[in-house]
Amino acid sequence: MLKGLNRRSFEEKLAANLRRAVSAFGRVSVTITQGRMFLEPADPDFDFEAAVKKAADVFGVVSASPAWRTATDQDSIAACAETAVRAYITKHPPAMPDGGRYPFKVETKRQNKSYPRTSPEISRETGEYLLSRFPELTVDVNHPQVVVFIEVREYAYVYTDRSEGFGGLPLGTNGKALLLLSGGIDSPVAGFMMAKRGVEVEAVHFYSYPYTSERSKEKVLKLAAILAGYFGRLKVHIVPFTDAQLAVRDNCREEFSTIVMRRLMMFIADAIARQSGSLALVTGESMGQVASQTILGLSATDRATDFPIFRPLIGMDKHEIVEYARRIGTFETSILPYEDCCTVFTPKHPKTKPKLAEVEAEEARIPDLAGLVRAAAEGAESVLVRPD
Amino acid sequence: MQDGIYLDNAATTRTAPEVCEAVLDAMRERYGNPSSLHGMGLDAERLLNEARAEVAKTLSVPPARLFFVASGSEANNTAIFGLCARAPRVRGESSRARRILTTRTEHPSVLRPLAELGARGWQIEYIEVDGHGAPDLGQIEQKLRESGPLAEGDSVDLIALTHVNNETGAIAPVEQVGALRDRLCPGAALLVDCVQSFGKFPAAPERWGADFVSISAHKIHGPKGVGALYLSERFRIPPLVYGGGQEGGLRSGTENVPAIAGFGLAARLAREGLAENARRVGALRQRLLCGLDALSIPCVGISGAPPAFSPYIAAVAFPGIRSEVLLHHLSREGVYVSSGSACSAKRREKAGSHVLNAMGLDRRLIDGAIRFSLSRDTTETEIDRVVALIGQIVPGL
Repeated sequence: MLKGLNRRSFEEKLAANLRRAVSAFGRVSVTITQGRMFLEPADPDFDFEAAVKKAADVFGVVSASPAWRTATDQDSIAACAETAVRAYITKHPPAMPDGGRYPFKVETKRQNKSYPRTSPEISRETGEYLLSRFPELTVDVNHPQVVVFIEVREYAYVYTDRSEGFGGLPLGTNGKALLLLSGGIDSPVAGFMMAKRGVEVEAVHFYSYPYTSERSKEKVLKLAAILAGYFGRLKVHIVPFTDAQLAVRDNCREEFSTIVMRRLMMFIADAIARQSGSLALVTGESMGQVASQTILGLSATDRATDFPIFRPLIGMDKHEIVEYARRIGTFETSILPYEDCCTVFTPKHPKTKPKLAEVEAEEARIPDLAGLVRAAAEGAESVLVRPD
Repeated sequence: MQDGIYLDNAATTRTAPEVCEAVLDAMRERYGNPSSLHGMGLDAERLLNEARAEVAKTLSVPPARLFFVASGSEANNTAIFGLCARAPRVRGESSRARRILTTRTEHPSVLRPLAELGARGWQIEYIEVDGHGAPDLGQIEQKLRESGPLAEGDSVDLIALTHVNNETGAIAPVEQVGALRDRLCPGAALLVDCVQSFGKFPAAPERWGADFVSISAHKIHGPKGVGALYLSERFRIPPLVYGGGQEGGLRSGTENVPAIAGFGLAARLAREGLAENARRVGALRQRLLCGLDALSIPCVGISGAPPAFSPYIAAVAFPGIRSEVLLHHLSREGVYVSSGSACSAKRREKAGSHVLNAMGLDRRLIDGAIRFSLSRDTTETEIDRVVALIGQIVPGL
């Protein structure tokens, strides 16, 4: 976690994000304490389990647990632990019909250092009590199936389940960036990674209808809706890109078309970023994956904008990206067969080591490039995508 | 959308307004279950059987041999898996492989079930087709010759052919195949997929010697979700779906009475207008092909001329363009057609229609293939507009 003066503002942002994320499940109160946030439902029919899962998906959260709260005396803690273990056994009935065993341990953290007893003492006494109440428990501190966590603060908290979060930083604590979102596997992951570090993300999609199908746009909006599940919402600027592509095809040498097209995308993204208040561009490029993703290719695209271009996947292999895409749930949509760029515009032998001067010379052959870029940026349709 | 020019009638057709009325009426007023004993049930049963009679009349088969299912695909699956429900090798006959003849230009609802049977040990043999998609009769004759009761070879159990190919409109010589079967290998069943021909051509399954015929309502301005299977008396087959024993036990599940009622009406309308529609649509198709030919763009007819081809389907290739791109351009102008290949880079190598590939067409023709499929609703104005649009769009691609 962060130290220093800005810690407080991060925590407040996280608290606000948490409150928004779980608000669909009912009213909650949010309390910020040292290293923990407590969400307390104010509605009796609050869907606790769904809310915990949702909370774990909020950036900045390391883990989320549904917990019982009780007084800090040993009897109350023990009784509460009994409730927690009973709930666990009900939720995870024994595999064997005759009962089976649950290896377990108790782990105590004591935030409240003025508390008279030590953590090992609390663990031991609670463990002994639980053993006396549940014949199916056996102690196993090395390979427990059930861990009864006790945190002693102003109150004592007891829990057995932990949903791992993505970690990171609260969304909105690191400015805004514009993601180049294609329909592929990589760019949604790239956007996710930036958002995970607290960056508010907007997206731009280059749409070349009628050279691609209207379904390719549907697919991008579907991907945006999945990302919006983590971000809360995602604004997508859909740029009409066909005229630019035709201009490249008609004016530039074929082997340069990919890199020139990439730079045109950057010019347009740059204009949209300025309007939307973004401070950086984000792409899903990874080193050497396709012809334009060489050091020289990336350098040539870098020079098309004054904004920094973040490429969080640059060092990842395809299978690592795929694994990540599966984890965040975008993979299945990304592999739908609708291309975001028609093969008509894909050269057979693209330049893999384009020199900037050559690329700029090719670009100069396009009449009224600035007008083309302006028209595309101004023609963009902005869609505010919400989670499904 | 309504104001567009719809030339994708081989995919599906606009439901005729009177058919919509019939479906709605059956849902609102005649909603009984045909299996119920009371008056409402009887009423629904009557509706069902009236529809059966209409569809059977259009197909020229006895109503008692026609069974409603949910789609043309289900009809094909019912016939294929029904006939081949037996294990491929029977005790005492262990040396004889079960053989099935078909072509690679069949609909996937024939090819996929046959591939599954192949995996279960059946021998699937593909008859060559020519550049127009017509199967090689000589090859069929030879394969049947080596298979008959007096021959040395293993028996052929099933011949599966499409009457009218859905991508090119090529008409298969089903009657000649039926005659060869009768002469050389009478034990073989003949399955004819009539989904694209039903209601558009005079049908004669009994004269053809067909044992199974599959048809579908939504290709003739009927509702989606209903088809039928004709069964000759020569074969008894088990069902795919077991249950309440509807449709003579061949297809359990409460009948989709509203859709079937719509199917009956659609079949009657198709039958009544059959000759006139075929003449008129044939003239429109000719107008389309001549119009395209007169444009100064390269354009190759994949379909040939009637009577070897359906007047309802015209496949045309624009070599050097990617047909999906033309499709999207036309779609933007409100013209709806289908393409022989998709614009996907990943699938490009094996890309494109399996039918056109099986016909051995050049890659450039497959990539540039567009299918125009007409209907009785198509007009001259629409055809002229489409020709003009293509003349404008293709040179810019």
